[in-house]
Amino acid sequence: MARMKFLCDADRCIECNACVTACKNEHEVPWGINRRRVVTINDGLPGERSVSMACMHCTDAPCAAVCPVDCFYTTEDAVVLHSKDTCIGCGYCFYACPFGAPQYPRVGNFGTRGKMDKCTYCAGGPEADMTEAEYVKYGSNRLAEGKLPLCAEMCSTKSLLAGDGDIIADIYRERVVTRGYGSGAWGWRSAYGETVSV
Amino acid sequence: MTIFTKMSRVIAVLALGLFAMIAQPQASQAQDIINPTAESVTEDALMEALNGDAQVQGRVSIPDDLSSGLIKPANRGWADTHGGPVRTVNLIAVVGMIVLLVAFYAIRGKIRIDSGPSSERIQRFSATERFAHWLMAVSFIVLALTGLNLVFGRAVILPVFGEDAFGTLSAWGKIAHNYMGFAFMLGLILSFVYWIAHNIPDKVDMHWLSKGGGLFVKGVHPPAKKFNAGQKGIFWSVTLGGAALSFTGVMLLFPELAGGEAGWQLYQVIHGVVAAILTAIVIAHIYIGSVGMEGAYDAMGSGEVDLNWAKEHHSLWVEEVQGKSSDGTDDGSARPGTQPAE
Ligand code: HEM
Ligand code: SF4
Ligand code: SF4
Repeated sequence: MARMKFLCDADRCIECNACVTACKNEHEVPWGINRRRVVTINDGLPGERSVSMACMHCTDAPCAAVCPVDCFYTTEDAVVLHSKDTCIGCGYCFYACPFGAPQYPRVGNFGTRGKMDKCTYCAGGPEADMTEAEYVKYGSNRLAEGKLPLCAEMCSTKSLLAGDGDIIADIYRERVVTRGYGSGAWGWRSAYGETVSV
Repeated sequence: MTIFTKMSRVIAVLALGLFAMIAQPQASQAQDIINPTAESVTEDALMEALNGDAQVQGRVSIPDDLSSGLIKPANRGWADTHGGPVRTVNLIAVVGMIVLLVAFYAIRGKIRIDSGPSSERIQRFSATERFAHWLMAVSFIVLALTGLNLVFGRAVILPVFGEDAFGTLSAWGKIAHNYMGFAFMLGLILSFVYWIAHNIPDKVDMHWLSKGGGLFVKGVHPPAKKFNAGQKGIFWSVTLGGAALSFTGVMLLFPELAGGEAGWQLYQVIHGVVAAILTAIVIAHIYIGSVGMEGAYDAMGSGEVDLNWAKEHHSLWVEEVQGKSSDGTDDGSARPGTQPAE
């Protein structure tokens, strides 16, 4: 099985936010929650770069380490998913995540923040694949259909790459060598404990 | 790494600080290569420029400022602390204390009233004092159990009860923890007000401590006032530890008050560690107040204790209350209804 990863080639990202929109639409993500976002660094200054960021599906996922109810699990494709039935909305995973990926329907922590929501790598949740129950809680399950995450698939500049970590790293490396520059595999060090060396 | 990336890194670091086009001698070396990213930010440079717990920060166009933090490498540090040392401290404190108490019980056994139970009883705690104590005690036990569930539940309860039951239990536990906190704070304030006057350390405590409180040798009973040095220790642990738990607990409940993510994480670790230590102390307190000592429970149960028990464990206090009542000089500092049983 593949070790799925995301890689955002910031030298190609044009901050169109289509990935953000496509994700919201594909999974009917509720108001106020964005599973993916585009962050612009040094906005308006020379050398500004935009990075599309969501859950990176970490190696040794810190969210899973702190969850008091242990509701995270890692699939065969190394995708980090969680069970909304078990989640108690304590918010610990937000503080553990290096990318601010986990989000909640409510702010504050009194009572509960509600069931945590985050990027599923378009791989659904613990319910049976491609069922209504799965769709309502986690959105569609494109991986089960043999497709890759929609955000990366529809990215017009092919800045956002999704797929087997080795393959997308090779694609990125080739780009950097060919064009002669690259601002880095954003987030890889924090997520996977390694970076793409060129 | 090619010479090229090495160079572009050096250039990027420089460009970070100097966005104005200040001619640098080093930069001139790169001028013969067309490089549209000469001034581009790179992840490496930004990560190196991070100090401490800061995050790589940018701008987002969606209306949610919280999501403008791109990478927060320090969060893994908190996750490691929470999933590691905080759990270890809890395990050592709670299990360690239980092991110690079982050993103590096995060696010393139940501490009996040496002179045997008397026929007389003496009022020790009024109904209001007992209310404050039990408000604090019941809420503390609920808080400690639901808190420990957050730390050990996934290792201990989940495998036994399964995901559904454990999820439901933890969800209720979280709600109980949130609300009981306020009952605990009220109990803490009341008991502080009622008992602070009796808990100022003095010379008697030094003597009591030097005799080990008579806990380890049969028949030894160093004099003590209303509270002996050990009880004063419990009082101050609960007061200070409880205050720390209350403060950090409220910060955890209302993250906007906690001063950012790093602040919340710090309060969380303090909350977890102080809770572990205080729980261990309170387990010892529960032991000595129940199975560990004959006659002790009555003080908080009915409020009346056996006179012989009182003379053995709180000799100066007995003299004080009996002396006072017999001269009829009740200066108001005596507890309401504190009279020797005739
Ligand atoms: C006095 C007011 C208190 C408040 C407002 C409070 C609040 C909280 C909150 C908000 C959490 C985070 C977890 C969650 O959201 O469910 C928490 C965790 C915890 N609390 Fe409290 N708490 C209080 C007192 C106590 C006391 C008295 C104890 C026990 C001895 C305790 C033990 C714990 C433990 C062990 C945790 C888990 C820590 C961890 O996960 O590492 N708390 N508390
Ligand atoms: S990016 Fe965040 S939510 Fe996703 S696996 Fe890593 S720690 Fe968990
Ligand atoms: S919010 Fe839910 S998923 Fe996140 S740590 Fe708490 S219980 Fe686990």
